[in-house]
Parts: sequence; C-alpha cells; structure tokens
Amino acid sequence: VITRPSIDYLAILPEMIVLGSALALLVVSALTPSRLSWRAGTAVTVLAGVASFVVTFFQWNRVASDGPSTTIAHAVALDGFSVVAVGVISVGVVLAGLVAHDWMDRERVAGVEYHVLALSAATGAMVMAQANDLIVVFLGLEILSIGLYVLVAFDRQRATSQEAALKYFLLGGLASAIFVYGAALIYGGTGSTSLTTIASFLGSSVLLNPGIVLAGTGLLLVGFAFKIAAVPFHLWSPDVYEGAPTPVTGYMAAIVKVGAFAALLRVLASALGTQLAAWRPIVGLLAVLSMFVGAGLAIVQRNVKRMLAYSSINQAGFMLLGLWAGTAQGVAGTLYYVMTYTPVIIASFAVVTLVGGPGDEGHSLERYRGLARRQPWLGGAFALLLLVQSGAPFTTGFFAKFSVVAAAIGAGGTVLAILAMVAAALAAFFYLRVAISLYGEGDEDAAHVPVPPATGAVIAFACVTAVLFGVWVGPLANLAQHATLLFLP
Amino acid sequence: MHSYWWINALLAVPMVAVLVVFALRKVPGAAHVTGVVAAAVETALALIVSFSYPASTLPATGEPVTFAHRVVIAPSFGLAYDVGVDGISIFLVLLTAIVVLLALLGARERRAESAFVAWLMVLTTATIGAFVSRDLLEFFLFFELTLIPSYFLIARWGGPERARAALKFFIYTLLGSGFLLVGAIYLAVVHQDNFGGPLSFAYDALANSGASHSALVWVFVAFAVAFGVKSPIWPLHTWSPIAYAEAPPAGSMVLTALLAKLGTYGLLRFAVLMLPAALSSVQPYLLTLAVIGIIYGSAVAAVSKDLKRLVAYSSLAQIGFIVLGSVSGNQIATSGAVLLMFNHGVVTAGFFLLIGFIERRRGTATIESLTGLQRPAPILAAAFTVVMLTSIGLPGLSSFISEFLILIGTFAAHQWFAVVAAIGTVLAALYLLWAYQRVFHGRAEGADASTEDLSTAERWVIVPIIALVVVLGVFPRPLLSRIDPTVHHDVTTTQVTNPTPGGAAP
Repeated sequence: VITRPSIDYLAILPEMIVLGSALALLVVSALTPSRLSWRAGTAVTVLAGVASFVVTFFQWNRVASDGPSTTIAHAVALDGFSVVAVGVISVGVVLAGLVAHDWMDRERVAGVEYHVLALSAATGAMVMAQANDLIVVFLGLEILSIGLYVLVAFDRQRATSQEAALKYFLLGGLASAIFVYGAALIYGGTGSTSLTTIASFLGSSVLLNPGIVLAGTGLLLVGFAFKIAAVPFHLWSPDVYEGAPTPVTGYMAAIVKVGAFAALLRVLASALGTQLAAWRPIVGLLAVLSMFVGAGLAIVQRNVKRMLAYSSINQAGFMLLGLWAGTAQGVAGTLYYVMTYTPVIIASFAVVTLVGGPGDEGHSLERYRGLARRQPWLGGAFALLLLVQSGAPFTTGFFAKFSVVAAAIGAGGTVLAILAMVAAALAAFFYLRVAISLYGEGDEDAAHVPVPPATGAVIAFACVTAVLFGVWVGPLANLAQHATLLFLP
Repeated sequence: MHSYWWINALLAVPMVAVLVVFALRKVPGAAHVTGVVAAAVETALALIVSFSYPASTLPATGEPVTFAHRVVIAPSFGLAYDVGVDGISIFLVLLTAIVVLLALLGARERRAESAFVAWLMVLTTATIGAFVSRDLLEFFLFFELTLIPSYFLIARWGGPERARAALKFFIYTLLGSGFLLVGAIYLAVVHQDNFGGPLSFAYDALANSGASHSALVWVFVAFAVAFGVKSPIWPLHTWSPIAYAEAPPAGSMVLTALLAKLGTYGLLRFAVLMLPAALSSVQPYLLTLAVIGIIYGSAVAAVSKDLKRLVAYSSLAQIGFIVLGSVSGNQIATSGAVLLMFNHGVVTAGFFLLIGFIERRRGTATIESLTGLQRPAPILAAAFTVVMLTSIGLPGLSSFISEFLILIGTFAAHQWFAVVAAIGTVLAALYLLWAYQRVFHGRAEGADASTEDLSTAERWVIVPIIALVVVLGVFPRPLLSRIDPTVHHDVTTTQVTNPTPGGAAP
C-alpha cells in the first residue's frame, strides 16, 4: 500500500505558480485560433515571477516562525536558504522576461513558446533550490536543462545558435548521466537518496570502505561542475554562451547558477558535510582553476559576449570559495554572491543584446568603443555593471567577493584567499579594458543603439540595486546570514 | 569632544558637488564653478577641523582621536562607519582639500569638464574617507575607491600612452591591495576566534587580535606590500613613472600629493602603529628599501629626460624619507615623516602645477626641448626656484624641517641608515639644480624665447603653495604641535631614549 505523502502547498507554491503559468500559456495559445501574442507571454511571465516572489515573503514568515521543514516525504525542503534562492530566481525570471520581450520584438519572434520554456526552466531551478533528495535534485536539473536546450537554439536564423544547442545538449546530457551515476553510488553507499538521511547516516556511522561514497561525491561534483561551468568542465560554456540568443545567455548565466549552486551547497555542505575533507580539495582546485582560467582567457577575447562567458566562469570560481569553506559563513557568502550577481549579469547581457543589434551578431569590442560618449546613460550603465563585476568598492560586487573571501579565510584558507585576490586583479584587467573603451575615441557616426523601455528598466534596476545595496549593506548581508541560519538540517 | 558631523560634512560636500555637476552638466562652465566652490568649502571645513584640534596636548580624553564616531552598518560583514581624526591624519585631510582646490584652479581640463570635475570630487571623498577611517575595512573601501576615479582621470584626460598607464596603475595597486584585504580579514577572524563577538575591523580590535608573532609578521608584510605599491616604495614603484608622466597635470598632482600619502599613511597607521610587535622583525628590510628608494630615485631622477618623470623619481626618493621616518620606531623621526607627508604633498602639487603651466605653453615637458625660460618667463622661473629649493631641503623652507627631523630621529636609532639617506639630500640638490639649469638658463631661442610668463590667474594659484612652504619653513609649530602629541602617544616601541618630541623644531 502506498500512502500518499502529505503536501505542504505553501512550500511548493512558487513552482506551482511558475509551472502553472507556463502550462496555461501553452494551452491557451493552442486553443486560441490566432496565435497568442508574445506580449501575453511577457505579461504572464512577469506576473508569475512577481507572484512567486510575493509568495516567498509568506514562506519566509512561515520559516521564521515555525523553523525549517520538509514536505512530500522529506523530498522538498522549505528553509531560509531555499526561500531566498527561490526569491532570487523569481526576480531573475521577471528581469530576463522583460529583456526577452524587447528582443522578441526586435527579432520578430512570434508566439509564446519562448516564455513557456523560460518559465519551465525557472521551475527546474526552483526545484533544485528546494530539493532535499538526490532524485529531486536530478529532476530539477533536467527540467532546468531541457528548457534551456531549446532556448539556446531559439534563434533559427543563426547556425551558431543551433550548434550551441547541440553542444549544450550533448555535454549536458553527459553531465546529467554522470550526476545520476554519482547519485546511484551515494545511494549504494548510504542506503538513501534523501539528503537528511544521508547526512545522519554519514554522521552516525564509520565507513570502513568509504570508496563508494567518495566516488559518488566525486561524480556528483563533476555533474554540478558541468552545470556551473567550473574549469576544467567549462569547455562547452563559451561556445554555448556565444551561440545562444543573448537574452538566453543572460538568463542561463543567472538562473542556472542560482539553481545549481543552491543544490550544490545543500548536497555538499549539508548532506555530505561530514566528507568535507574529501571534497574540499577538489572544490578548491575547481575554484582556483575557474578563477584563473576564466580571467586569463577573458583577457584575450575580442568578442564581448564571449568575454562575459569567460568572466562568468571566473565568477563561478569565486562562488565556489564559499562552498570550499563549508561553514555557515561560506554558505551565506555564496548565497549573497548569487543573489547580487543575478540582476547584474542579466542586465549586462541586456546591454549586449541591445548593442548586438538586429540579428544579434555585433558583439566585437569595436562596437563598444565610444558608446558612453554617444549614449552616456547606456554606456555609463554598462561601465558600472562591469565595475560591479570586477568587485568595485561601494557596490554589491565588492561585498560578494568580500563575503566569500572572508569565509575562506575563516575556514583556514588564507592562501586560497590570496590566490582569489590575485585572480580578481587579473579579472579587473578585462573589465576595465572594456569600461575604458566605452569612453574611448569611437566612431561618432555609429548607429544609435535604441533602448526599449523594458530593457532599460532592467538595466536601471540592476545598476541602482548594485550601488544602493553596496552602500546600504546591511539588509542583503543580514538576509543571506539569516537565510543560512535557517538552513536544513 | 567635537562633533563627528564635521567629518560627515567633509565626506558629503564633494558628493553633493557630484550631484550638482550632474544636474548642471548641460550648462557650460557650471561644473568648474561647482567644483571650485565645493573644494573651497572643503578647505574651509578642513581648516576648521585641523585648528580646532588641540595643540601641544592631547584632547581632554587622553586619546588622540577626536571627532570620533562609530556605527556598525552590517554586522555579518563586520562593516562599520567609524571615523575620527588625530594628529597624524588631520593635516592629510587638509592637504587633500587644498590640493584638490589648486588642481581645479590651476590644472583645469576643458574637455568633458563635468565628468572631470565629478571624478575629482569622488576622488576627494574617497581620499578623505580613507584618512578619517578608524576601521580597516572602511579604510580599505575608500582606499580601493580612489582607484576608480584616478583610473578614469588618467585614462580619459592623460597623454598619448594614457590607456596603458592607467591600466598598469590600476592593476598594480589592485594586486597590492588584495594582500591588504586578506591580511585584514585574517586579523579580524583571529580576533573573533580569540575574543568571540561579531566580526570587527575596528582599529583597536585588530591591534589586539591576539595573533601569533609569526602571523603578525606575515600580516605586516602583506600590508607593507599593499601600501608599498601605493606609495610607492622601491621596488614596487614600476607603475608610477609612467602613470605620473601620462596623467593630466591635475591627475599627477592628486596621484603624487594625495594617493601616494594614502600608502605612506596606511603603512604608518595600519602597519607600524597597529602591529608594533611585528615591526622589529621587518624593520631592517623596510629601512633598507627606504634607503635604496632614496638613492635609486635620486639617481634615476638625475638622468630623466622629462620633467614629469624627474619629479616622479624625486618623489620616490622623498617617499623613501617618509618610509624611513615611519618605520624607524623613533618619535622624532615619525613626527618628521608625518610632517613630510604634508610638505611633500604641497611641493609636488607645486611642481606638477608649474610643469602643467609649461606644458600648456609648449606642449612638452621634455628637458632638452626647453632652454632659457628664465628670460621670457621670470615669474614662472622664480616660482619654480622656490618649489625646487624646498624640495632640495633648503633651510627656511618647509621640507627642510621634516627631513631634518627624520634624519636626526633615524640617526639616534639606526645610525648608518641615516648616514646613507643623508646622501640623498645632496643628490636632490644635484639633479634638481642640473635640471633647472638646463630648462631655465641658457639662451632662449625660437619657441623658448616667446614663452609667455604666468598669467595673473596662474600666479594666484601658485601663491598659496609658495606661502605654505615659506611659512611652514620658518614656523612649523601649528602643525608639529598637533602631530607630536599623537605620535608621542602612539609610538610605543621606541628603544632609544629621545629628547622630548617637538623640542627638535628649530
């Protein structure tokens, strides 16, 4: 007899809203005789994002009063960490939806399919953030990835888009397979796929032959490393980032990172926390390689979109530092990092979308030369976004780097912290090079880059929040810390 | 106890000016006026703060720090707004205000002026913010913030090699400051481990972190690297000649007169005075580097082909003196070092102003393309002479007293370093007089002969500098009587018995 597990609907309400909107859009567009306008798609996306964001406030209240909990047979967690991560994904959905809206307008992409896919991918990311079971993590990973595979190929006019999608699909499929194999080994070693059970089993037993758990941990880590594009599992990302339609690239860079890092933190720091000594050196190596290879290869790029792809590899390296620490402070640091990085990276790719122009092809550094002279607002905003990513003081970018570096030092990783600072200086090199070329002597007759209102609002939002919360540091810092205190188990 | 609102005002006025400049960016000339007004207000505020600081004795509290205020902003990051001034920082705040005012008046950039003024104002807040910070994380934030405006000032208004110069400057300093951040976090973490409580970067917490001696030495070295790049200390100076040479005149003024001081100030405040236990282990190396800097800077200055590079290398030598005094562990030498920070700032600001005037007329500052300027431009030559003689260390002009204090203080503690450093003062006379000879003496022909003398406006800009070097040359008391008590209070590791500080002023 299978008993139906009890379901706490508040816990899964964000997923229900977002996935429900996607399904509703799909059904309505199939039933209406004339194709539903993409405007409807945007409206639904924004509403769904806002609604699920609002729901996270209710979730937060619940967690604050009743403490963290699990539901659906302990497969889904509702804790401070998941609430914040889901909130960030919701914000990402809204911002990316607005950017995509203007892009679809410009490229004459009809239909609501884009939004349906984007919403379903967001559901996957949310599931990952709340997963308390390896199977659910995998489920989230697949929901997230399958939506993105199609989105990457969405630009049917450009062969590179198709190529990127195929590459992403093949390598992503491989990564998923590796992940599942890792999950199977962990199940074999511990007798469960539930993260809580794994943690308590490993905490209360001495493994005579830890090989199978270690191998499982390693394979899980490889699977995650593929998703977050950590070196040396990054080879797909520059091509995919470059080939995908630019709004999709921004979306991917943001929500995949939030979802994957949320799950990664939960799996490693919480379920496999007792195996810290085993996975820490690997995470440290991934972090250092990502920071240096990402920064080093970004420097030689002449294509801004590709450069941002390498830059995002570099940023992933920093996010891994918090995981390396493995402490509450480290988890809070990485959470703060993805939280502040999301709007910034979406807005950065929004600028790239605009400058890329019709056809989404013009991404060479030359096109950016003198942009801030011709269009002070757009160029200035991009310069600011780049400075934020480089970790400029009095912006959230600085405190993001600060929080993970401080966590690493707190966990005894002073050498790692020094390496991180060197990598940050290396990374500043290419951010600044682009920033100054924005103010350089450019082609004064270059075409004016139109800034549609929705995209403009997204860019303004990212710039304002990056500076506002870089000066008024308290709220977000405390949020990340409180979220982590309310962390399962 | 004075109100910390004076400090808040010092930090806020330039930011208000940025907003005004931005609002009036379409009005021609408005930016310049706004900038000058803001810098003048800033100077007035700084004067009030400086001279309401009690002379000769410490404030009634016994602690040298006044105008103090601490409020924690983000407990989880240990971030606090923690300001206050003492005898060491107070005149650097004043210097900042004065140099920015003179830079705006004398080294105006008319191209994209509102952006220029805005960046300069951001730089003012950042620099003053760093000088008044009593919390290392806050200091670090302001310290890093100075990079962004300086970068844009060099990269947008600089000479032909500006992009490379600006990037080199930025990356070198950023690389150095990474060590500062790691060291600071390390100390804060150790303090938290030892004493519990939230993470804190407060000066007193970090000064008493309870870290082991060897750890403190490493932290000291990390800090010395960060500040050594900024100052710059030989051999970390390689970014500076090109940056000083390529920056616009206002940029060079700010870089040498103010940002270099952030390095030397940081070294004194957050390394030497905050980690005295570690000083003895690294002192011989730092003294050696300081002396090498003095001799090397002087030697390279002598063969420099360009006036800006000459002043850049001569600065390296002067910074050598400041470092020598700062790390000597001697009260007199430390007082001299603090005084020299101010005096050197005034002198290099004067140099770069005058070189800017020459460049404005001739489009070049290379020594060999200038000859006999004294006849067509006597006032320019006279002003240059005064500034140069100050830099040489002529008695009766401001730098003499500070160098003298450094040398006697260092001599008492580390005889041979003082002896070698003294050679540097002779070398300064050599390279500066030689350069003066080549540029101002001789027969002026062609463009040289028709070089215009200083305009009335330019004369008025240079007057404050001449007044400062002359007045402080004969009457340094207003400064020294405020510097000495703080130094006396803070320098606790002096091994040598000294005569009462302050008594050394001639």
